[in-house]
This record gives sequence, structure tokens and C-alpha cells, in this order.
Amino acid sequence: MLDAYAATGMPIYYPHWSHGKRFVQHEMQYRKGMSGLAYEIVINSSPCISYVMEGNTIAMQTLVIAHAAFGHNHFFRNNYTFRDFTDPAGILDYLVFARNFIASCEDRHGVAAVENVLDAAHALMGQGVNSSPRRRRPDLKTEEARLRERRIHAEKIHNELRRTLPRGAAAPAKAPDETLVRKLLELPQENVLYFLEKNAPKLPSWQRELLRIVRLMAQYFYPQRLTKVMNEGTATFVHYTILNKLHERGQISDGAFLEFLTAHTNVIMQPAFDSGHYGGLNPYALGFAMMRDLERACLAPDEEDRIWLPDIAGSGDLMGALCDIWANFRDESFVLQYLSPKVMRDFRLFNLLDDPGEPTLLVEAIHNERGYRRIRSALARSYDLGHADPQIEVATVDLAGDRRLIIHHKVQDGGLLAEKEARSVLRHIATLWGYDVRLQEVDASGRVLKEHNASPSQ
Amino acid sequence: MQLIDKRVNPAGKSLPNRQRFLRRARSIVRKAVRHASVERGIRELDGGGVVVVPASGIEEPHFHRGQAGRAQHVLPGNKEFLEGDRLPRPTGGASAGGSLAGQGEGEDQFSIVLSASEFLDFFLEDLELPRLERRKLAAMKADGVRRAGYSSTGSPANLAVLRTMRNALARRTALNRPRSSEIIELEAALDAAQARGDEQACAAMRLQLEGLRARRGAIPYIDPIDIRFRRFEVNPRPVAQAVMFCLMDVSGSMTEHMKDIAKRFFMLLYVFLNRRYEQVDVVFIRHTDEAKEVDEETFFHSRETGGTRVSTALAEMARIAAERYPLDSWNIYAAQASDGDNERGDNMQAVTLLRDAILPICQYFAYIEVGEPDHEPAMSSVWKIYENLGEVGPAMRRVSTRQEIFPVFRDLFRAHNADATS
Repeated sequence: MLDAYAATGMPIYYPHWSHGKRFVQHEMQYRKGMSGLAYEIVINSSPCISYVMEGNTIAMQTLVIAHAAFGHNHFFRNNYTFRDFTDPAGILDYLVFARNFIASCEDRHGVAAVENVLDAAHALMGQGVNSSPRRRRPDLKTEEARLRERRIHAEKIHNELRRTLPRGAAAPAKAPDETLVRKLLELPQENVLYFLEKNAPKLPSWQRELLRIVRLMAQYFYPQRLTKVMNEGTATFVHYTILNKLHERGQISDGAFLEFLTAHTNVIMQPAFDSGHYGGLNPYALGFAMMRDLERACLAPDEEDRIWLPDIAGSGDLMGALCDIWANFRDESFVLQYLSPKVMRDFRLFNLLDDPGEPTLLVEAIHNERGYRRIRSALARSYDLGHADPQIEVATVDLAGDRRLIIHHKVQDGGLLAEKEARSVLRHIATLWGYDVRLQEVDASGRVLKEHNASPSQ
Repeated sequence: MQLIDKRVNPAGKSLPNRQRFLRRARSIVRKAVRHASVERGIRELDGGGVVVVPASGIEEPHFHRGQAGRAQHVLPGNKEFLEGDRLPRPTGGASAGGSLAGQGEGEDQFSIVLSASEFLDFFLEDLELPRLERRKLAAMKADGVRRAGYSSTGSPANLAVLRTMRNALARRTALNRPRSSEIIELEAALDAAQARGDEQACAAMRLQLEGLRARRGAIPYIDPIDIRFRRFEVNPRPVAQAVMFCLMDVSGSMTEHMKDIAKRFFMLLYVFLNRRYEQVDVVFIRHTDEAKEVDEETFFHSRETGGTRVSTALAEMARIAAERYPLDSWNIYAAQASDGDNERGDNMQAVTLLRDAILPICQYFAYIEVGEPDHEPAMSSVWKIYENLGEVGPAMRRVSTRQEIFPVFRDLFRAHNADATS
């Protein structure tokens, strides 16, 4: 279980030291008894793979199967972000391809060289995602064939004689047309990994392929970040419903049901903000509470629900409503649309404004009539990755000059990048790009707040 | 839904990743191991275990915001706040502070569980057995005998019957030696012919029989050229065992602190030798003005009074080595710990013993002079006489604190080609 856990849950994954590091960390925590092992690992593949642990009791196995194999699996199959971004049928094949490709690169170019590129690419994983759905669904199954074809073609058209042809007189150098350059390079580009893969002047093709592998993996995991609350909420709601049904029908004993309830309650515990255990809003707790609230509004609505959740209040068709929500929302939109005052009251949510200019924090809204909407939109915004992650984009390239790559960080609300790590990442970018790189932190008015530079290491 | 039992799936899939990680973190882990070894008892060195590694060298950087700037937080568990309340900014650390400060910087360090052999690998990295080439390599070998095919000469005890018979059979077949069954058949046919009274046939058969008998007589059943003997040859085999002599002065002037240092050094040496030999014997010899072989417990913990005569310990060691550890099957290592005192009249004898009896049989002889941490080391008498031996003399170091032991040990056993990586 630890093994699978360390490689982001994937049964097949290319070897990299960071996975070893994660393994060592998990192993240590496990040995210290700090964390139990995950009860389950579920993989968004087709057919869906769900691991259950040998040591679990039978009640736990029931819970895990209901949670992962039914709940998560349903969500993976039906939610639009997963349908748009991932190709579950091809992922395992692609992982095998990636592992073999990386192994062959290690044979050909040495472990250290491959590791350098992978380190750099991993540092940019957060900037390796197309956040709008792709134009076409890349067929992961044909990846290997595509690569082979490309190589064969390159070998076919290679002609040693051509290199001996005399060059014509050099064309007079002229500054490249800025708009044309931007169009050709598809600038500005928020997917830094994609940009480097396509345009970095010095990268050999195998390194481009490595970048592509890392980029596709980042893309594959992107929907899970978009739907943390919904995904876990759905799975928790599904296992809760199934286990209750089983118990009602007498198919599991009272003892097993109590065991399930203990585990279930642990999972959906939400410590208060001032408790020592607080580590942010628990996605299981919030998601489950919202799903249960929708169930209540659907079957036994009160006046408030008719105002706040008009489209489902009292409709009576719980499964219809839920399936629609599961398919068509992600965390941000889900919270914005369906976080009801009742849940906010139950969680006793409040909104705190942290303004660095002020000496104190301001309680902006609490769970009352005036505060519901503000809390709801603030919470929804916190699940918006576009807001939560720093906005990095490739702005331009100085093609006429020294080929310096200019990257912008669009500063929101005055939050600058953590400097030390930003410099490390920038060095990685410089390594891939092959020339100098400059990172500018730009605010909304276009003013440059801060600049970092990096040169490729030799 | 399909349930698949994959419990036979082998564990340890992450092993390559773990090795990659350890290689990556090599220098950091090495440092941590050295650090850990100062703190833990040397007895525990063999056990591997947990070392704490700072996360700084092995971070995976990514872009994230340092300070969040103007930010909004939605938090659960409001008990008393009303809209418009102002709260003091938490000063980091406990409760809400950590969460309000944003993502947190992640842990500063984490622990790695190393197996015993991984731990020792890091611990003893780039150390090697000293001066083996000078102490002639032959001492590392012992003669063994092993089978080496067959030869045509040898002692009857080594006769290889099977091989001999096989050669004989091949020769008999090649030379077409008549079988006894052929002769018997022919004799029977001759008898029958005689009974019939067929003289002509009888004459022909008699002739044929005579030929066969002559041929059989000429080609022996086993010829000397068939005979083979099992052949043995002598081959040198490295000696896989070592004995380590621990000599210590236990007179009144040795304090517990000094003994502790000496003990740590002995244990380091033991661990080190244990890695390189299949079997390591340890002999403890303590001395005041007379020397005695004792067990480990007495060696380190009982105290004696009396003068100090180093030569007695050396003589005892020479006696035990001669008695129990013949040079051709044992590698001999010795480490002597002392505070440097010796009776004036004993010095000459000690030097002579060391030079003539001890050093020639030892692979290595280390002399550790222990002192109190706050005392300036003076030129002790033992140090002086050992130093006079010059190049052939023992390896000598002074140690006065626990922290110095490992550096001194490394210094003594540093690999000859070790670079400046440590």
C-alpha cells in the first residue's frame, strides 16, 4: 500500500527520487503511528482500479468498496472535468509507455541526465496544465506509435549529403515581426511546460518527450485538484447511503454498522479553526454535509431552501438532481451554487479579511443573513485554482537579441512569489530553455513589482 | 464488479525509488549519520535505525506565493465573532496561526529509517583496511587444496577408478578386443561341430579361436596408459577471520571518562572489522603492573590499583597470539588505549617487545592516548617511546572528547585514495 501511495497511487510509474522521498516520509509517519494508511487507493482508469488493504476488517472493506469503487468511480466517469481532461482507457498503457521510454532514455543518456530534465519538469508541473478543455482528446493509446513514426520519418528524410550543400548568401538580419512571433509561439502561454516542449531551442527530442510525459501526467491529475470537495463528498455520500441501505435490509450486522459509523465519523470530522487539529476545511466533511443538505432540500425542503436552492427544493427526484450536479460542476461552481445557509450555520463559517496594511484581521462576514452570500462567494473563490495558484505565463521571447525568455507572474492582491523557491524553479526553466530567463512580477496595472533572473548552469 | 486478489504482489516496488532518493540525498544522509553516531552508543551502531535529515537539500521547488497579500479566509467554528470584529494577527505557530499564514512552508526536516547495512555503509564509507600492502599480503592468505582435474601420475590413493575404466573401455573398443562372449560362442560352435564330426569346419573354427585368444592376450583389459589419478592443487585462500586485541591501562590514573572514550574507539574498530571479516574475535587485555586477559564486562568496568607497566600487556598479547591465533589463519589487529603513563624502567622493554614481537605479527596497531577534555596534552612517556619507532611504529592519535573519536577513527582508516568529499 505504501508503495502505491508513494507513486501518487499509480500501479505503474516511472522511477524518480521524489517518489522515494515520498515513500520514506510516508513510511516514517506510518511507523510512528502518526497516520494510519489510506484505507483505499482508487485509480481513474477504465476499468476503474481500486485497491483495498488486506488487513481491513470486512466492514471496512465494504465501506472502502462502496466509497472508492462506487463513489469515486461514478464521479470519475461522469464529471465533466474528468471527461474533458482525462482518458481513463489509455492511462495504464500510457504509464507503461512512459516508464519504458524513460528507462530507455536512462540507458541511452545516463540516469543523471534524465533526472535533471525530470527535476526541472516536476518543478513546473503546476504550470504544465491547460486549464481550459483541450480542443481534441489526445489518444493516449497511440502515443508510442506516434513517437515511433516521428522517429522513422526523421531518419527517412535525413540525408547526410544535404549538410554539405553550400549555403546561399546570408539573408540580411532583420528584427522579427513582434506580432508574428507571438502568433507563431502562441504567446502569451500559461502552460510553461508546453511552451518549453514546443519551443525551447536547445532541447534534444528525447527531452521534449520527457517534458510531454510530465505535462500529460500533470494534466491527468488536474481534475482531481479541481474537484476535491465534490469528489470526496460524492464518495462519502455514496458509501454512507449504501451502508445505511445494507443495514436497513439486515445485510450487515449492528456491530459492523457501528464500526462503519466510527470510521465514517472520523473521516468527516471538521475541527474548529482554533483547535490544534485544524488543517483547513476538510473536503470530506464539507462535501458530505453539502450532499446531505441537498438530499434534505430535495425531499423535505423548508422556506429557506425554496429561496436558496430553487431548482431542486422539493423536487423529490434526489438521484436525478445529484447525478446532474455530479456531472456538471466542479468545486468552485458547486459551492457557489449549492452551499446553503444551513450548512454555513452548521459549520459556523465566518470570513476573515487579512490585509497586510492593517494591524488586525477583520471579520467580514459571519453566518447570518447579511453574511451568507459573501461567505459563499469567498469560499467558492478559494476553490478557484486560477485564484489560488499563482498566475504564471510566458510573456515574450527576445528573439532578435539574446533569446531571453520573459515570464510574467500576474500578481493578485499584492501576493508575491516565495522568492527562494521561485529562483530555484527559474533556474530549472533556464536549464530547459538554454538561455537566460527573466521572471517579472507584474500587477494589474502592468507595473513590474519585482524581477528575478536566471542563467542556464553549465 | 470484479474482485481480484493481488496479495501475492511483491512488496518493495518502491525500492528503486528509495535507492534513487538515497543516492540523491547521499551527502546529506552521510552527514546526518555521522551526527547520529556521535549521540548514540557505539554498541547501537550495528542496528541501523532512524536518522533525521534536513529537508533543505532535497526540496522540490515550485512556484507559490510567499505572503498571500490581501487575502480572504473562510474558517469554520465561529463561536463569538460578529461582523466587523477585529482580531489580533496570530503570531504564527499554534492553532489558527499556521493556517492563516497561508500554505505553511512544509516540514523543515524529516526522518529516514535506514537498515543496519545502509547505516554502516554511510558510516564507514571511504574507509578501508590500512597498510595491507606493507604488511605483506601473504599474511591475508591461507593455503587450501582443491580438485584440479586428472593426471596420469599420482599416488594409488588418488586413483580415479571411473575415469580409468572409461579410458580402458574406449581403448578396448577402439582396438577391437574380442569379447569373452564371442570366444564362448565359438567354443560352443566348435564342440557342436566336433560332435557332428565336421572336421573341416572344426579346423577353421580352431584357427579362428586361436586368433581371437591371441588378440585378447595382446590387448590388456586395463593398460597403464588408461590409468588416471585425481589431481589436487594448492590455492591460496584469503583468511576470513580476524582477531582484535584491545589493550587498556586500567590503573588508578585512568578515569571513567577516559575508559568511555577508549571503549568507543574499540567498538568502532570492532564494527569496522566485522564488516570485512566473516568472523572477528575480540581479546581484552587489561594491565596495571601486570596484565590479564579478561571478559568485556570486567575490562570496562572494574578498576584496579597499582603501577603501570605497558610491557606486561604487550607480552601477554604476544603470548596469546602465539598460543591461539596462528598467523597463517588469523589477521591480527590491535588497539591500545592508555593515558600515557608508564614506569620509567619499563620503557625500554616495552619498545623492544612492540618492535620485535608485536608489530611484525599485526596487520595494524593503533595507539590511542586518551585525556581529560580540559587538559592540555603533555608529552607522555608512552607517546614518546612509540614515536621514536618512527615509520614502522604504531598509528598514534590523541583523543580527549567523545566528539573527537569518530574524526580520529576516520583519520586512521581513511582510504588511501579517498578524495576530499567527506
